[in-house]
Amino acid sequence: MSTAPLIEVIDLTIQLNTAVGMLEAVRGVNFSVADGKTLGVVGESGCGKSITMLAIMGLLPPDVVISGSIKLRGVELVGMSQRQLAGLRGKRMAMIFQDPMTSLNPVMTVCEQIIEAISIHDRQASQNAKRVRALDLLQLVAIPYPERRLKQYPHELSGGMRQRVMIAIAMANDPELLIADEPTTALDVTVQAQIIELLQRLQRERKMGLMLISHDLGVVAGIADEVAIMYAGRVCEKGPVETVFDRPHHPYTFGLLESLPKIDRTEDQLVAIPGSLPTLSMRPSGCRFHPRCNFAQAICAEADPALETVQDPLTPGVVAACHFAETALYTDQGAGS
Amino acid sequence: MTRFIIRRLISIPLLLLGIVSIAFLISHNTQGDPLASIVSERQMDNPEVVAAAKARWGLDKSLPEQYVLYLRNLITGDLGTSFRTKQGVGKDILERLPATLELVIAAMILGVGSGIVLGVLAARFRNKPIDHAARLWALTGSSTPVFWSGLILLYIFSVVLGWLPGPGRLDPRSVPPEFMTGFLTIDTLLAGDFAAFGDALHHLILPALVLGWTVMGIVSRLVRGSMLDVLSQDYIVAARARGAGELRVLLNHALRNALVPTLTIIGFTFAYLITGAVLTETIFSWPGIGSYAVEAARNLDYPAIIGVTIVGGTAFLLSNLATDIAYAFADPRIRLS
Repeated sequence: MSTAPLIEVIDLTIQLNTAVGMLEAVRGVNFSVADGKTLGVVGESGCGKSITMLAIMGLLPPDVVISGSIKLRGVELVGMSQRQLAGLRGKRMAMIFQDPMTSLNPVMTVCEQIIEAISIHDRQASQNAKRVRALDLLQLVAIPYPERRLKQYPHELSGGMRQRVMIAIAMANDPELLIADEPTTALDVTVQAQIIELLQRLQRERKMGLMLISHDLGVVAGIADEVAIMYAGRVCEKGPVETVFDRPHHPYTFGLLESLPKIDRTEDQLVAIPGSLPTLSMRPSGCRFHPRCNFAQAICAEADPALETVQDPLTPGVVAACHFAETALYTDQGAGS
Repeated sequence: MTRFIIRRLISIPLLLLGIVSIAFLISHNTQGDPLASIVSERQMDNPEVVAAAKARWGLDKSLPEQYVLYLRNLITGDLGTSFRTKQGVGKDILERLPATLELVIAAMILGVGSGIVLGVLAARFRNKPIDHAARLWALTGSSTPVFWSGLILLYIFSVVLGWLPGPGRLDPRSVPPEFMTGFLTIDTLLAGDFAAFGDALHHLILPALVLGWTVMGIVSRLVRGSMLDVLSQDYIVAARARGAGELRVLLNHALRNALVPTLTIIGFTFAYLITGAVLTETIFSWPGIGSYAVEAARNLDYPAIIGVTIVGGTAFLLSNLATDIAYAFADPRIRLS
């Protein structure tokens, strides 16, 4: 196995061809995931999380312009033909989606859909071998009565069961990378925990790289090794998950953490970040967060800060895109907020 | 499912009774005198002849009496005697219905088959030249009057090029096969007369094309629309994410779902054409039920009018039932609920 990271995204920019012209959905995104590690990607809806993941999978429509680089173990995926990408999808990198209710084909049985995932990449397997593997996969994702479930159609299963089936399909060919795009958002809270546990178990057993998109900071804190916070199409802070959550340097990260309801706080109101995420066509100049930022200064409206290592001995390995990363939140270095 | 079918089958005679009653009422209350086609013009002034004719055809009885008499005969399978052909309406219909069925089935095979192919291509290459060409071709098909396209095609292929025979079901010089199914293509084969089979098939091509072209227009537009709808569903992205290639996505995932709404229009069109193919039948001297219906209406031939109405009504009821059954097979969500 080469030393190249499992997945490496370098300076990724995605432009959408819309009726009002080319709009930038994502700009200059950088991150990488190592084998057996989990990257949590956090941000509001519309910040570019999902589109970045679709770009990695090569699932964006052809009129979307992608520049930069996406490397799967050193192999460039940007510009690869659809046929080649299809050979990688479901085989080396798999993806599960937000809404298990609509992600399974309603007219195909669970068995048909799992077997499809197997046979696309393994044409030699006999029908019987594929069935046995399908059964194993349902057992792997802890679905009770797998024999019976195989014959059922998606509408006969609950949301949690469907997401398990989606995970089984994703695991069909033992992928190196699993992308989970808000896998629990559409599920009941109790089921959410089960699905997250399942993902964590699979990732450990199979030494997969896992990318978990979520806007649930608690989930990310529990499962991820690293976290990347995205805002308006850019990564604004990235680093080891405990470090970033313990001592955020980007005001947006700080705001996200502050907005979490806390059990020991007695305020009547939740703390929210003022304003809302700018739309694609109305992104502000300079730092994209400055109109909503309590610490914004003149320079913030002019220059877009680069994603740079934060000079703080307490947070090694953290990068943030803020002109005042070191000073905005912590006037006294090291003393905490 | 079986119970559903049985219940529907039981309801068919009741619905037919309603259809017969309405047809009876309307036809007997139209302005016009059926005697005009029974008694010659010169004899119309002769009261004895008129009275005898009225008595012969039961027109001297009151409307309720005629209605009861008709229903009583209908239960025994007697559809009455045509004023015009002077033979049993049942016999008339049996002679002519197979010709129409043969034509309509051939047209449906051509029209539905090519319509699905064209619709899938148009959806796959949306807003590309193929889509525009398909749209033009479909619109031409469904908006060109059959009496025009039929004549033009006859002129080109029969008169100018001489590739296909003129109107009719068989070469007028040949001996028709013994009546078994009434489908000439089948009867000639049963008789082992392959030359006549080829002749019957050649005669079938043009009218089936003309009629099928209209069907293709409707089906292709509908398939395109529902394909586009299905292609934007989450499970299509999910199928791509597991490595499904373009063809597999289009046919296994999209088309299977897109055909469900198309079944309705296929069933409806089939039933409609049973009595609605009259223009094609007229152009191609096709002795079918449509032209029989027109003759019946022109002569106020009550028994024939009601007989044809029963045929048309039955066609609609049966094809509705067939559509519902096909629906259940195509969509498991309907099957089980």
